[in-house]
Amino acid sequence: MNTPIVAAAFQLHIPDGFLKLTIAGIAWVLAALAIILAVRYARDRFEERLVPLAGVMAAFIFAGQMINFPVAGGTSGHLIGATLAVALLGPWLGLLVMTSVIGLQALLFQDGGLVVMGANILVMGVVPALVGFGIYRLVAGRQGAVRLVGVGAAAWLSIMAAAFVTALLLWLSETSSLRIVMPAMLGVHALIGLGEALITVAALGFITRTRPDLLREGVAGGGRGWVVGGLALTLLVVFLAPLASAAPDGLERVATNLGFIEAAETAPFTLLPDYTIPGLGASPLSTILAGLVGVALVAVVAGVVVRAVRRQTT
Amino acid sequence: MHINTFDHYLHGHSPVHRLDARVKVVVALLFIVSNVLLPDGAWLAFALGWLFLMGLSRLAGVPSSFLLKRGFIVLPFALAAITVVFTLPGQPLLVLRVGSTDIVVSDAGLIRFVSIMIRSWLSVLMAILLTTTTQFPDVMHALRHLRVPAVIIAIVSFMYRYLFVLADEALRLLRAREARSAQGPAGTGGGSLRWRARVAGNMVGQLFLRSFERSDRVYNAMLARGYAGQLLTLNPHAMRRQDWLHGALALLAIVALQVVGRVVG
Repeated sequence: MNTPIVAAAFQLHIPDGFLKLTIAGIAWVLAALAIILAVRYARDRFEERLVPLAGVMAAFIFAGQMINFPVAGGTSGHLIGATLAVALLGPWLGLLVMTSVIGLQALLFQDGGLVVMGANILVMGVVPALVGFGIYRLVAGRQGAVRLVGVGAAAWLSIMAAAFVTALLLWLSETSSLRIVMPAMLGVHALIGLGEALITVAALGFITRTRPDLLREGVAGGGRGWVVGGLALTLLVVFLAPLASAAPDGLERVATNLGFIEAAETAPFTLLPDYTIPGLGASPLSTILAGLVGVALVAVVAGVVVRAVRRQTT
Repeated sequence: MHINTFDHYLHGHSPVHRLDARVKVVVALLFIVSNVLLPDGAWLAFALGWLFLMGLSRLAGVPSSFLLKRGFIVLPFALAAITVVFTLPGQPLLVLRVGSTDIVVSDAGLIRFVSIMIRSWLSVLMAILLTTTTQFPDVMHALRHLRVPAVIIAIVSFMYRYLFVLADEALRLLRAREARSAQGPAGTGGGSLRWRARVAGNMVGQLFLRSFERSDRVYNAMLARGYAGQLLTLNPHAMRRQDWLHGALALLAIVALQVVGRVVG
């Protein structure tokens, strides 16, 4: 059990102390609004069956996160489950299930903070519910390859959107530098999201073959509005992510105008200045290379740390 | 897997164990909020906060080595914060020359980074102390009294009840896969990556079907026993005089920490 816990700690669960109180508070307000709506809609739909269904399904997502598969070099991929939850149960019930998973992981295993739990619910519940369900709803009626690719894209993009929002929250809390943490977050989670996409596609494929009747439940759980909302958020991330990684100055200027950053944050020197490789100039190639260097650095350090921690806990 | 697998110190009889769960939850949350509010580099306040925690853990009979070991869980996230060391403007402490680029470690950046890590570490230690001295159903009752919606409490309580049942189910699936898998001479598994992911996905799908059917059975069993949408309890959960007293003392300590952090640093 220790290994899945350590693996889970390396997901997107923000610990306490990494977010400013104002940011954590705003995230709590947004998460609470979503939860209130989710309770209302899910209770209308499932009535008194809601509690046992959501509780057991939340336990299922938690147990499902233990199922892993070897990737390469001692690393393994495993399920995070947000897209699977919203696809199987609909966005409202899926959101409640993910909220319970995050709450219990924080309360029981200290996996994610207590005061920043609202931010974690926003990142791992609300964002994947929008992106994951929105895209899944678009392809749910289709057959064959279109559906599979759509489900995979929903899972991958929901992880990327979650990583994007996490990086934003960390930056707004002045915990991390956007130009380093955004490409690093997106890079690492591009890989984590791939594992998530593969498992989600296979799991939904299995359920489609064995109990196709159960899949109607999820689709009926949310209307066409989710497609619009999900696609809008996806497009926002797709447009903003390269901007934030390659040209964070634009985003920083917006933030400064809005009053997020009091003083201009111009370090005399940075690790990779403007997140480009010196000598290559500000070409897109240079940015991509710098991104890869950042990802590799983070991956190596992360591997060493995770191995050390694993040794500590076993 | 037993329901108390992770709760080695749950059934102690210390004053901390006996304290009302509401007091413990509120004190833990306020301690974490206070940590976040302490300014960067408030070393004395951080040290006093650590002493406060160590005092509580001693009072509770929870070995500090246990706390410290589990506190490592925040370590991987240090990667996200380390970037401020290089980008926050301040007096340069260390200049590393890599090629034609200077990597500068600034004093303000280093102070920010260390402060973030200490805040996070102290917060997680408090959370660990809360869960090792309070039974989960008591935490749930406390949250109910603190006005968390009843539906959410009921769902999370249900999740807790079936967590270990379904974790066992998942472990059975994993054991079955293990039993049917061979390892190559170089320690490699068979099959392509896609195939391995597909097997894992099938297992998740299987686990879903078993869980879904179980939730149906559970629901029917609950109806048979008169469930009408509310979970009931006989426990009055009344606050005693010493609960108020200890809670007030802990709050006073937290306020003192905040004052020390703001005045002395």
